[in-house]
Amino acid sequence: MKREALLKQGAIWAFILVELVFFSVAGEYLSVSDKAFMDFDNMLLLLKQSAPIGIIALGMTIIMINGNIDLSVGATFALSAIVLLDSMTWPFMQALGGWSVPLAWLLALGTGVVLGAINGLIVWKTGVDAFIVTLGSMLGYRGLVFMYNGEQPTSHLNWDLVDFAEAQILGLHTATWFLLGVALFLWLLMTKTVHGRNAYAIGNNREAAVNAGIRVGPHFLINFMLIGFLASLSAVVFYSESGSVNPNDGMLYELWAITAVVLGGTKLTGGYGSIISTLGGVIAIQLLRKGLGHIGADTETVNLVIGLILIAVLFLDRQLNRKGKEELKT
Amino acid sequence: MTDQTPALRLEGIVKTFPGVRALDDVSFAVLPGEVHALMGENGAGKSTLMKVLGGIHQPDTGQIFIAEQPTVMTSPLQAKAQGVVFIHQELSLADELSVAENIFLGELPRKSLGRVDWQALYDTTDAILKTLNVGFDARTRVGDLSIANQQMVEIARALTVDPRAVIFDEPTASLTDAEKVVLFDVIADLKGRGVGIIYISHRMEEIFKITDRISVLRDGQYRGTLETAQTDEDEVTQLMIGRSLDLSRNASHHEMGDVAIEVRDLSCGKLYQDVSFSVRRGEVVGFYGLVGAGRTEIAETIFGLRNPSAGSILLDGQEVRINSPVEAIRHGISLVPEDRKGQGLVLSMNCRDNMTLPQVDDLTAGPFVSDGAEVAIFDQYRDKLDIRTPGWRQLVGNLSGGNQQKIVIGKWLSMHPSVLIVDEPTRGIDVGSKSEIHNLIRGLAAQGYAVIVISSEMPEVLHVSDRIVAMYHGRVMREFTSEEVSEDSLIQAISGIESDQVA
Amino acid sequence: MAQLTRKDLTGFLARQGILVAFALFMIGFALANQRFLDVDNVFGVIRSSAILGIMALGVTFVVIGGNLDLSVGSMMSFSTIVVLDLHDKLGPTLAIPAMFALTMGLGAFIGFLVGYLKLNSLIVTLGMLSAIHGLTLTWSGGKNMDIADKEGTWFSVFGQGSVAGIPVPILMFAGLAVVLSLLLTKTPFGRKVYAVGGNGTAATFSGVPRARVVFQTYLISSFCVAMAGLMQASRSLGSQNTVGQGMELEVLAAVILGGASLLGGSGTIFKTVIGVLILGFIQNGLLLVGLEFYVQYVVTWVIIILAVWLDIAAKRGRLWSPIA
Repeated sequence: MKREALLKQGAIWAFILVELVFFSVAGEYLSVSDKAFMDFDNMLLLLKQSAPIGIIALGMTIIMINGNIDLSVGATFALSAIVLLDSMTWPFMQALGGWSVPLAWLLALGTGVVLGAINGLIVWKTGVDAFIVTLGSMLGYRGLVFMYNGEQPTSHLNWDLVDFAEAQILGLHTATWFLLGVALFLWLLMTKTVHGRNAYAIGNNREAAVNAGIRVGPHFLINFMLIGFLASLSAVVFYSESGSVNPNDGMLYELWAITAVVLGGTKLTGGYGSIISTLGGVIAIQLLRKGLGHIGADTETVNLVIGLILIAVLFLDRQLNRKGKEELKT
Repeated sequence: MTDQTPALRLEGIVKTFPGVRALDDVSFAVLPGEVHALMGENGAGKSTLMKVLGGIHQPDTGQIFIAEQPTVMTSPLQAKAQGVVFIHQELSLADELSVAENIFLGELPRKSLGRVDWQALYDTTDAILKTLNVGFDARTRVGDLSIANQQMVEIARALTVDPRAVIFDEPTASLTDAEKVVLFDVIADLKGRGVGIIYISHRMEEIFKITDRISVLRDGQYRGTLETAQTDEDEVTQLMIGRSLDLSRNASHHEMGDVAIEVRDLSCGKLYQDVSFSVRRGEVVGFYGLVGAGRTEIAETIFGLRNPSAGSILLDGQEVRINSPVEAIRHGISLVPEDRKGQGLVLSMNCRDNMTLPQVDDLTAGPFVSDGAEVAIFDQYRDKLDIRTPGWRQLVGNLSGGNQQKIVIGKWLSMHPSVLIVDEPTRGIDVGSKSEIHNLIRGLAAQGYAVIVISSEMPEVLHVSDRIVAMYHGRVMREFTSEEVSEDSLIQAISGIESDQVA
Repeated sequence: MAQLTRKDLTGFLARQGILVAFALFMIGFALANQRFLDVDNVFGVIRSSAILGIMALGVTFVVIGGNLDLSVGSMMSFSTIVVLDLHDKLGPTLAIPAMFALTMGLGAFIGFLVGYLKLNSLIVTLGMLSAIHGLTLTWSGGKNMDIADKEGTWFSVFGQGSVAGIPVPILMFAGLAVVLSLLLTKTPFGRKVYAVGGNGTAATFSGVPRARVVFQTYLISSFCVAMAGLMQASRSLGSQNTVGQGMELEVLAAVILGGASLLGGSGTIFKTVIGVLILGFIQNGLLLVGLEFYVQYVVTWVIIILAVWLDIAAKRGRLWSPIA
């Protein structure tokens, strides 16, 4: 039985390994560039590029373990980005000089937390399914994005920020550090704390959790605030460098994040999943993206391949969990 | 023993639901260090009584005493805090979590920063597990445990408080014999610690093996308490079934026809093995056994919902392979399933649409469903079965259990099947509708249907069947004709006691 | 007695609340702006809602059957690109049936995965959203697709033509709505869709072939997507690869707004049309009173949450959820 668990946890890393080998070997023959695929800088860049979706996917993992889903993360991402960039142009912020940067960060992160809290409160208090609540707020928050600055992009480059975002500390990019830091934090949260364990219990068997006196609502709220925070953290990391946000930015991020989480093996029904495996899912997708480019495949095939892999994973998972021939055929 | 303070005492508990007096002045007491059996037919009120004890229902009148202190129960959680713990038949565990986390679900020990104190958690858990003498440790994932061991986790959960009374609800339903021995050891151990134990079971054998006293409920009323050592199965059975009940056998007086369905050596993996029987037209064959004996699974196989691993099914002497309900229906087989709401009805659809669902393809005028044809069928079976509903537009979810069941029966009668299988036809149905449905089943046989009735209620099986097949653990133990059957021999057969003597 | 009437009222509002809300909206905007109820304006709104609306009709079948379809947006991009490309290669008469065959082939594939293999529809259609997007890009080579001779083709009739003064998109939307509504409410198939979505197990126990019914709902959905793609292509005679991107969730919003439960077994074509029109008229009304189009997103958000909330509140008999 332990072997089975190991197999499940290890599957995504085995997949990554297969990708690495495949693209390295295939790259020898097909590559459009002279560089090896396994090039160190290339791998570092890969991690950095994984960060924006990755940070969100990590948050999505805890939401899904908890038995919910959040479709509004893309819009939260965009709105936080706008708050980040725009707030730095406010007169009083500019008057603060160097202090405007951390304050802008705080404002952006606060925006994410508030948006997440709105979702969480609605799910808790109305009892409407999280899928519908966040489907609604995905539209609503996107509307707020547009209302902020119309269809114009919001831009503000702060060179201190750009320097910070482009820095490499101990060889890793800033964004990578954030990705790894968030992964570590969430891993600790989900495996070591009462809140994390209760989140598993709620997703696994909500009735049992309720009967044991666990208060489901506050856990929902906290987790939604957390994913709101992470969506805005992702925005903060990304837009510190790019300095310009379009109102359509972050669209479909929710779907990419969910894809990464499911690839990592987290159950849609809740109660099962791991932060580390999601990190694997995120890296696997980015590897695929880069790898296909490396062997000269059109970038568009990435979507095709990822979609089919997602379905294949689902199919395999189902085959593995079959109860055998005696099963009731309904 | 009698001058001890009871661990738990109920006095004059009355609980009524609309139309039903579920509990009628029930009083009994469990002493510390006693295993007290609670017995009764299905529907006798055991589960309602447990819900009152667990605070899910509040009694209309009556009082619960814990160690002679009057207590009001508000929730299972609060009952547990009072030292009254339930080991449910349906386990409520989070199977992805560890044993320790399940045992302390909702009350994990904390360190600073909201961290779980794993050391304390595992130590306490292992200490509890040690007293239970189980072969797994605190870190094991619950989903990796056998059902029996999961039950041990539930029991361990009970031991996190200092329990005064532990209630076991059909704990052996899905256990093997070896696992039962372990469970009984644990119960003996609890008993030794002075815990009062309520043990709910249908299995006489177990009751006589491990209990000290037996209390019996019938029709919501307390029927008395017997000292196990001074009674026997007959006396308990008498108390459970009562002499007032209509036990008239209904051997058919009409002629029976040919064999409509025959099953030869049918097996389905571990679910049931080597089952053979036949049913003639005009005959009612009752399948009696405990939950999990494999009766429903046989019905599902005949109806094309399970693939048999061996054996054959013959209809009118012809061997057939039935791969889906669609094919079963085409062969004239109908199944009124056990779970009315889950399998029998689409609660969000109206009465008429539910009734005509299997034949909606044939009730068309052009491409459209013919309203007239549908309503005609509904009206016909509403009158025939005396279904009380304001009209066919009524959502079936709004009907009473008895009327819902009649809709399901009407659905299949309107298909004019040659073989009708009825699984637990009167579960959760009030007494009046019960006898109506019994008469209906008898009437169908008289009209020449071959009927199979699966039931866990002995009076029902005795009342409606021409023959009775007794099952135990996936096997047919004995077949009785209505002349030779006796309650004792039937109970013994379904409890797994081999018996050659003809009663 | 007073209590009874109040209960009746809440019951009515729960069942027909969306209609009441719609009526109030229309009255409000009509009072605020004279032009709102002009025939031209009304036609304009329905016309611009037609593409979304037709997709919503198909998704209604899938949702009533108890599943989700997140792939309709990218599938619509696919059919638009394909029909535009084939238009110049095969001519419109062949391009249209070819595109329908390809699109419905994708629908059949999804239906096979969800119906016969019983895979989770959310993930399958999420995967297909991505896969079909990739397929579209591969087909087009990532470039925009345009018809060479925009003046000389009759192909534009589906998106731009009109019959007896009524724009063709409106006729197609209305016609399809009527046909599909009949299919859903009057035929044995429609009955089975409700049964499968309402209680799949009970449907199976009643001899309804659940897998096949689910399969067919996806076929219908992809047929509607093909219609929408045809209309989109015909309207613009050229298109980006991402024309349908994000529409899957708007479509779902319209269906939910119409009162279909995501658990399956409830919803009607009529209510979905109302849902679509609400979205369309909100957008239009807000524009007419001088607000930008994106204000509708926020309004839609509030309306969706309120609609679903009141619906389940009426069912459970209390406003706030029992979640502790």
